[in-house]
Amino acid sequence: MDDELSVDVRKRHAGGPEIAAALRLPLGKHSVTVLFGPSGAGKTTVLRLIAGLDTPDAGSIRCGDEVWYDGARGIRMPPQNRRVGYLSQDYAIFPHLTVRGNVAYGARGWEVQGLLARFDLSDLAERYPRQLSGGQLQRVALARALAAQPRLLLLDEPLSALDAPTRLRMRGDLRQLLAGVQVPAIVVTHDRTEALALGDTIAIMIDGKLRQAGAVDSVFDSPADADVAAAVGVETICPAHVVSRSAGLVTVEIGGAHLVAVDTAGASADVFACIRAESVTIERNPSGNPTSARNHLPARIVSLIPEGPLARVTLDCGFRLTAIVTRQSEEEMRLREGEQVTAVVKATSIRIVPRA
Amino acid sequence: MEWQALWLSLRLSFWTTLILLAIGLPAAHWLTFSPRRWKFLVESVVALPLVLPPTVLGFYILLAIGPQSPAGRLYAAITGGMLPFSFQGLLIASVLYSLPFAVQPFTSGFAAVDRKLIEASWCLGVSRPATFFRVIVPLSIPSIVTGMILSFAHTLGEFGVVLMVGGNLAGITRTVSISIYDDVQALNYSAALHTSLLLLGISFLVLAATYGLRRRVWAVWPPYGR
Repeated sequence: MDDELSVDVRKRHAGGPEIAAALRLPLGKHSVTVLFGPSGAGKTTVLRLIAGLDTPDAGSIRCGDEVWYDGARGIRMPPQNRRVGYLSQDYAIFPHLTVRGNVAYGARGWEVQGLLARFDLSDLAERYPRQLSGGQLQRVALARALAAQPRLLLLDEPLSALDAPTRLRMRGDLRQLLAGVQVPAIVVTHDRTEALALGDTIAIMIDGKLRQAGAVDSVFDSPADADVAAAVGVETICPAHVVSRSAGLVTVEIGGAHLVAVDTAGASADVFACIRAESVTIERNPSGNPTSARNHLPARIVSLIPEGPLARVTLDCGFRLTAIVTRQSEEEMRLREGEQVTAVVKATSIRIVPRA
Repeated sequence: MEWQALWLSLRLSFWTTLILLAIGLPAAHWLTFSPRRWKFLVESVVALPLVLPPTVLGFYILLAIGPQSPAGRLYAAITGGMLPFSFQGLLIASVLYSLPFAVQPFTSGFAAVDRKLIEASWCLGVSRPATFFRVIVPLSIPSIVTGMILSFAHTLGEFGVVLMVGGNLAGITRTVSISIYDDVQALNYSAALHTSLLLLGISFLVLAATYGLRRRVWAVWPPYGR
């Protein structure tokens, strides 16, 4: 049996909501779990409880056969013994030490020189943190954490301290770094795109409660309830494969259908295509008139679900695509389940994010 | 000119500063990071010498280390000597008298260290004592230097407590400020003037060196976050 991190804790901060989180995370193989939710949902608190920096009010935290915390038995292992690599939002790099000094600070066995090279820090080894950019500081923080040979990495909003262009670039880099180090990680974020780009599995946290956990695409595709749906916001998220790229546009293939989108995925070949329901238009018959929309997909109506003044239309065009239309349009077009229509999506309405 | 008294004062200041460093760092650490609610009482005790008249403080120290006191008897049993009117007794009094001048700068320095850096150290497997010496102390160097200089300068200029506890024994307890007082009492104004001038010069040099050095220290240890 693989080792597993099992967390079942409750914690109430004065004046805050009660945090109640139960999650299990396999530690045997490399995996990135995203802890996702709106600000103030208690995500950081959960990370700090796992790291041992805060103490739960009750519950238990186990890692493999070690008990890290057990409220009933009065066990509380100090953070030093948990071997958890914890990266706070601003990375907390020691300002009085060089890059090398930071990476070597808690080093256990790892060869510091090799880590510096691996994180592209060799040339910066003798610099002080104040001479580094945000992206470089993040690499120092990761290298420093890995030098202590952690069983688990905890990253609190790892990209939030970066400026927008760096954040875009680091999103892909971070995924590769995490994939390369063979240490399971829990990443806290409130950014959908980050969650998609970084996570293998995702746990949705809202108002202090863990609401849903599972594979990223399955959670984003089929939210368990309205809150999670609102938290994730996007109706259609499909794994897609890049067919070709040209002039800032990318053609991706999903279940036999080809979609043209604005290329926002860097160099990745495996991507997610994200389409919000409100940006999908339904046409009765191909009109033949030229339109500005790049994507016209033959589709079959799978289901029609009324939602107040709107109707949620699920289409099958090789993949499941959700559209939102008004009840008025639905009646005028006499949409029925099982009928053939054309789904129209503008290239600019499809968000492509890298998958690995 | 009282070279003997000046030398005694410098020795007293040196040892006082060294002892205050040894007991002030742990004391300041406890005051900064202890979760105890009653620690404000300890803070108040540490700060007492700031407001208490030196004579009152000196009087209590004299009683506490006198030959009839437990501390005095213990000292007599070990060394065969007496604490009052000795250099060692004077040293104890100086340490207590200058305690807030060391502990308060240390405490404010420790409190200014970013909590996240301390937690990062713990998560890297480094124990609390080791974190103190590897993160908290290096980042508090300016405050620690300030505390040491203030202790040194304060001891150099102390008068009331010395007179109460040490008396006026040449070469043993007659410090430079007492020798100035003696000279003035004896209407020996020119000797008093020379010694005063020398004390003024030394004090100024010590402070100037510190502030100059501290600036350089800051260039090496910049405040976190630019």
